[in-house]
Order: sequence, then C-alpha cells, then structure tokens
Amino acid sequence: MPDLTLEFSNLEVQRGDRLLFSRLSGAVSSHELLFVKGENGSGKSTLLRCLAGLYAPDEGTVCWQGQELGRLGEEYRRNLLYLGHLNGIKANLTALENLRFLCTVEGSVHGNRDIQNALHKMGLAGFEDVPARMLSQGQKRRIALSRLMLSTAALWVLDEPFTALDVHAVEMLQSVISAHLENGGIVVITTHQETPLTTDSSRTLWLGRQP
Amino acid sequence: MIRVFYAVLLRDVTLAMRYRTDVLTALFFFLIVVSLFPLAIGAEKATLRLIAPGVIWVAALLASLLALERLFADDYADGSLEQMLLIPQPLVIIVLAKISAHWLLTGLPLTLIAPLIGLQYHLLPNEQWTMMLALVLGTPVLSLIGAIGAALTLGLRGGGVLVALLILPLYIPVLVYGAGAVAKAMAGVADISAYFELLGAFLILALVLSPWATAAALKVSSE
Repeated sequence: MPDLTLEFSNLEVQRGDRLLFSRLSGAVSSHELLFVKGENGSGKSTLLRCLAGLYAPDEGTVCWQGQELGRLGEEYRRNLLYLGHLNGIKANLTALENLRFLCTVEGSVHGNRDIQNALHKMGLAGFEDVPARMLSQGQKRRIALSRLMLSTAALWVLDEPFTALDVHAVEMLQSVISAHLENGGIVVITTHQETPLTTDSSRTLWLGRQP
Repeated sequence: MIRVFYAVLLRDVTLAMRYRTDVLTALFFFLIVVSLFPLAIGAEKATLRLIAPGVIWVAALLASLLALERLFADDYADGSLEQMLLIPQPLVIIVLAKISAHWLLTGLPLTLIAPLIGLQYHLLPNEQWTMMLALVLGTPVLSLIGAIGAALTLGLRGGGVLVALLILPLYIPVLVYGAGAVAKAMAGVADISAYFELLGAFLILALVLSPWATAAALKVSSE
C-alpha cells in the first residue's frame, strides 16, 4: 500500500446548545493507529462519524490524501470501513448471507469459501447458516467484525469494537488490527478497554477533560 | 452499479419473504377495506359500480402508505442504513433498489389482486383491464413519492402519522387520474389513453426526481 494520510483540521461540532468539541486537529497515516479517548458524551462517536463522512461537522475539514471528503465521495468510501455501535447486520439473514451482501455491495470479490474462513476465524464455525437473531450479542458483533478480514479498505474507523466480546475474541481482534497496521493500513479506534494495542498506540487524541 | 442494485433488491425481497406478515398486512388491509364498502352500503349493483374506482384507489393509496413506514425504519434501527450510506456507489442506486423492492411487495400484489376486488363491484372484463393498467402505472408513483416522506420522517416519533400528512396530498394527482381512467372506461368513453399517458408521465417524473430527493433526505435524517 502506498503511504496514506487522513487529516482533520479545526473540527467543531455543536449538538443543540452544547459544544462537543472545537478547534480539533490531527492526522494519522499508514501504519498508525489513532486512539480517541474521552469520557462518555465527550463526542468520540461524533468525531468518528465525522471522519467516516456520516456527519457533517459545523466547522473544519476532513481530508483524505489531501482532498476533502465531500469532493472524494465514492472514492473515499471505497477506502473506508466504518463499524459503529450498531452492527449493521440484518437479524433475519444468516451470517453468511449478511456478509455476502456486504461484500457484494462493497465491491470486494469473495467467494463463499473466503467468507466461511473469515467466520471460522472469528469463532463462528457452525453458525454460518443460523439467522443472526438467534445469536448472542457477542456473536452478532463477531459477524460484523468478520468484515475486517474480508475488507480491502485501508482505513478502518472502529467505534468501541470490543464491546460484548469475550477475552478470546478481543485477542483475535487485536491481532487482526495489528496485522492491518503492519500492512500499511490506518486504524482510528475508540474503546474504554485497556489493551496492549491501545497502550502502545502511535497516537492518542483526548476529547474533553483529561484526568 | 447494476450488481449493487440487484443485491439490494434481492436482499429486501428475501427479508420480506422471511418475515411475511409485513407484506401480507398491507395486502389484507387493502382487501378488508375494499370489502367493507359493499357490506356498509348494500349490494346494489348500480351504486357499487359507481363507487368502485374511487374506493379501490383510496384503499390502494392507504395500503401503500401503511407499508411505507418500514421502508427505511428497520435498516435505520439496526445500523444497516448507516452501512448503506457508506457503500462506494451512488446512494440513488441503492434508494431506487429499495423503492423497487417496496413496489414489488406492495404495489404489484395489489394490482394482481384487483380483479378479485373488481368482481365484488360488478366490473366488466374490459373495465378490469383498465383498472389493472392504471394500478400498474400508478402504484410505482405511490412508492416513489412515499419514499421521500419515509426518508424525511426517519427516526422521528410518530413518524407514521407525519408521513401520511406529508405524502397524501402529493398522491392526489395519481388518485384523480387513476380513478378517473376507470370511471371513464365504465362510462363508455372509448379513448381513455390520455389518462394513461398522464399516469405514465407522473411515473417518469417521479422516477427521475424521487430517488435524488430520498437520498438527500436519508443523508440528513441519519446524521
């Protein structure tokens, strides 16, 4: 992968009367992980949504490779994988169907075999053909996270990816993220869980008061 | 692009087939409302024939409205909509696929069941055909216009009522010319092609404008 950069400068977001953050700037490039820290309600998720292009900040710009997101549009979205609080998994479809749909629309070419391998790696062997509504919260999360292994996107924006996961899955996810960073990917992450990944993180961004 | 259109369409139809009550609710609503009129007004042939076009069209309108609420609401609630906004394809294509699926699951069944309803109202075969043709042209317009309302009211409390208030006035032209075509055919007017031409024009206009408006509304609603 060539060297990639995501930059944001002078971001400001107001929700109602409350100023979430202002004059927020930073950058993250290939091989780097940006760890966004802050208390509940400090605007971490909103910042991540701004970076994903899902929320238009009141002020400031987000640039990918020096170009503004609004101009890039589809080209940026092809480089992006965003996982929010919601899994984006249809409860009435099976794990396999969910992932097959997501891979198709993303434009990443994968056979059923690849998808099955990803599900196996995420510890969902034997659950491929079960409707997602029959699975536990953690298992649903695992389906969503299987996309990390199938995606060709360079930039991963992960909002609390560790919630509802057990110890084993957390380790698995960390190794996937580390591998992505080694391959020249970029990760922007928020989490309240202390993990080796976040403690050695290359960059940390504090929102709101620092303790 | 076509691959994405097809994938979204297939997904929505599959989901609806897994959870059939949603599809059937709109259809049964249509059947019941239309069947109530002969019971309330009496089975007199002349009266029933007089009210048939209006009753059938109003019922189709309401049935289509009933199914609208769920067009984007489920995807919004489980985060699928967020992911759809991030698909590296124009949002208009995805919106169009969802609207097409909505029509296949509401407008098309309504059209197919219309002859059964027509029998109840003593419609003649040629009048039945007129009715079906008018419905085939008119119901996609209902889905297309309705999608704008569904996208605008996404995530609002009491969105269902609001959709009705926003959208029903916009349905009026379709109602007037859809019911008008059938009424004219029943009155023995030989050439009613103008009605179909107008309905077709509405369809083309809605097809061109609605997906853009819906896509813009979705972006705002999901912020």
